[in-house]
Amino acid sequence: MNLFSVGFRTLFYKESLRFWKVATQTIAAPVVTAMLYLLIFGHVLDGRVEMLEGVSYTSFLIPGLVMMSVLQNSFANSSSSLIQSKITGNLVFILLPPLSHAEILSAYIAASILRGLAVGFGVFVVTAWFAHLTFVAPLWIIVFAFMGAAILGTMGVIAGIWAEKFDQLAAFQNFLIMPATFLAGVFYSIQKLPPFWLAVSHFNPFFYMIDGFRYGFFGKSDVSPWVSLAIVSVFLVVLAAIAINMLKRGYKLRH
Amino acid sequence: MTAIQISSVEKSYKGFKALKGVSLNIEEGEFFGLLGPNGAGKTTLISTIAGLIRPDVGSIKIHGHDVVTDFREARKRLGVVPQELVFDPFFTVRETLRLQSGYFGIKNNDAWIDEVMHNLDLTNKADVNMRALSGGMKRRVLVAQALVHKPPVIVLDEPTAGVDVELRQTLWKFIARLNREGHTVVLTTHYLEEAQAMCQRVAMLKLGEVVALDTMSALLRRVSGSQLAVKLKSGDLPDGLRHLVSHDEHVNGNKYTLRVNEVSDVEPILARLRESGAVIDEMALEQADLEDIFLQVVGDKQPGGPQ
Repeated sequence: MNLFSVGFRTLFYKESLRFWKVATQTIAAPVVTAMLYLLIFGHVLDGRVEMLEGVSYTSFLIPGLVMMSVLQNSFANSSSSLIQSKITGNLVFILLPPLSHAEILSAYIAASILRGLAVGFGVFVVTAWFAHLTFVAPLWIIVFAFMGAAILGTMGVIAGIWAEKFDQLAAFQNFLIMPATFLAGVFYSIQKLPPFWLAVSHFNPFFYMIDGFRYGFFGKSDVSPWVSLAIVSVFLVVLAAIAINMLKRGYKLRH
Repeated sequence: MTAIQISSVEKSYKGFKALKGVSLNIEEGEFFGLLGPNGAGKTTLISTIAGLIRPDVGSIKIHGHDVVTDFREARKRLGVVPQELVFDPFFTVRETLRLQSGYFGIKNNDAWIDEVMHNLDLTNKADVNMRALSGGMKRRVLVAQALVHKPPVIVLDEPTAGVDVELRQTLWKFIARLNREGHTVVLTTHYLEEAQAMCQRVAMLKLGEVVALDTMSALLRRVSGSQLAVKLKSGDLPDGLRHLVSHDEHVNGNKYTLRVNEVSDVEPILARLRESGAVIDEMALEQADLEDIFLQVVGDKQPGGPQ
């Protein structure tokens, strides 16, 4: 497969243009939401709790909020595009041309990464004023932001193909993506949890994305960033394999 | 060369057999009509050709490329106008056509896009968002989308459903030109006069099976007879003529359409009417057309004359 084929580039461009045309809803709104989280939780908890030694709560919270925004918006991009196209019927414009399964999947994921990173950058820009942030290992920040966006973009493709109505997609988002994100250590370090929930958190792949991302800022994490990267990489490969298989079989797309 | 080769295609949905072993070949350069009543399987067959539906049994090839196993080559050669009026509300007409070109691997396609828009009277709508277009204009864009990659095989699934006369004329003029230039055209329509005017060969489907497959001229010859339309001022049709009735109407007088094989059959019918005391108000002799054949084939009506 040629990832730089005209077909891939066109679908990537279309998916990117789609969210850019409604940037108020797809970029500005999640930035404002993350800002509200910071103002409320930061104001209430800053100075009262310490998640990482020597790091203020607001400083600790910002990378979590940035990553949460990256993950949620990457998922929203591919999933909402697919479900809208399925329901309105215009998915036929993607299904009729000679696009390969890999081209379709990679274009949706790439556009999801772009939106996730755009929102994440926006959240970072508006929240960074509220705390002193350090950048101990910037490469890890980029790697985990990119991997997290790719994973959630792939999950969005799977959910978008699977869901037949908005209700089902909302269930996927509210009962899977949202809890997995919130329970992954956005607002707290899992080291503060009781032993049982600490153990459970290690089964949540979202935890490794956020933990590795936060390591890039503070040089401190619950687990080694290399371990997180390995787990996150395996998770991405498994999800991509599921998504490509769904496309190959035409699952809920070609009857 | 065979443009579309359909071999023993079967498709079922939850126990309902939508296609029951359909086989037919459409040759390169043909203008082919696929006709049948609602639920006959026309759209299922077209969706299977397009790769939107996968056959349970059998295969379909476009210019020798299987639509399932060699789908990329098959789809490059195929342009499909779907029946449903679908559009992407995020984009303008030009953006929509540029994107569709890109999906087919074509860059810098503006010259052809401009020509297609010109031929479909879309030029002044090029920068208008799809949401703002009327139904007829959206239909034109669907046609344009199917043509952006200059496909050698064009499939139109009821392209004139619910659109005005102007679009029909514009569309048929352009499609006829493409057909003259060598493009194979497959058409489904409920407007049988369109099929009769455009198609060289026709397949009629009924309940998922091909029940007629022939050239248009051979099909028209199949019904050798004509139709005698009579409106009676008074009296009624005698029982001896009722077996000839293909259509009757009882608004503003009794009006009957009777099947006749030859012009010489008319006089005996008139004689029977006179004998019965019926008085004719209006009368017309009409040639049988595709609609008559369609009604006979899909409605199981038999052609016949006075007995």
